[in-house]
Amino acid sequence: MTKIIFYLFALILVFAASRVITVRNPVHAALFLVLAFFSSAAVWLLLHAEFLAIALVLVYVGAVMVLFLFVVMMLDINIARTREGFTRYLPVGSFVGVLILVEMVLVVGAWKTDESATLSTVTAPNTESLGNLLYTVYLYPFEIAAAILLVAMVAAIALTMRTKRQTKAQRPEQQVRVRREDRVRLVNMPAEPRD
Amino acid sequence: MLVLSDFLILGAVLFCLSIAGIFLNRKNVIILLMCIELMLLSVNMNFIAFSYFNADITGQIFVFFILTVAAAESAIGLAILVVLFRNKNTINVEDIDSMKG
Repeated sequence: MTKIIFYLFALILVFAASRVITVRNPVHAALFLVLAFFSSAAVWLLLHAEFLAIALVLVYVGAVMVLFLFVVMMLDINIARTREGFTRYLPVGSFVGVLILVEMVLVVGAWKTDESATLSTVTAPNTESLGNLLYTVYLYPFEIAAAILLVAMVAAIALTMRTKRQTKAQRPEQQVRVRREDRVRLVNMPAEPRD
Repeated sequence: MLVLSDFLILGAVLFCLSIAGIFLNRKNVIILLMCIELMLLSVNMNFIAFSYFNADITGQIFVFFILTVAAAESAIGLAILVVLFRNKNTINVEDIDSMKG
């Protein structure tokens, strides 16, 4: 039964991936990519990676692919121009793809694994054990990943923002260049007698 | 019973499809970005398969980080694409040659 489910989802995955690279309209390509992510999430569920399957659906289908669709629909692309050269590159592209596939299958097929020690024993729930490892051993990489996401967000906003700046902010270059004479004024006053 | 090589071959098929896609869609930057996403997906498939069949959850941690970096990469890539389209009014790779590389 598991084998049937695996082959079904693998078939859908390969079909969707092949449609992504051959379909004419980029919107359809993005939708087929969504299908590919969904079916690979199902395959990951077969491998007991529940958290990552859900994260794939949430992060990829929910955020990244929506971003792709946004951009594809926002840009007015001349499809006919971007399609030219497709048939010209078809032989070399499929040749290289099939060659790499044959090499990989040969390597995987010739590689004898110890099939007796295959099935992992599930002790804790997947999310729990993942979190235990992530917040102890991999805490530092985890925070670096958070920083990467923050930098990516700032970079994306900074790249696409085009309105003139309307915020009032400090200008550090002028603050640094300021001299004493600009700011401080010494006034001579007669001393007042104390009553 | 499913064995490790089933999943590895599935990942290999996905990887080769995305490489062929990069060859076929050399003009369209959006499809190129989608092919890169597919490629990362196939690598993640390999990681999770090894993690399951070796009973070691560290592979899934790596997939987590790969997902993070891939999301950041696609966000910045799409932002660059939007700026490019706004300035040059094209996303054809052959028109983007102002640096004469």
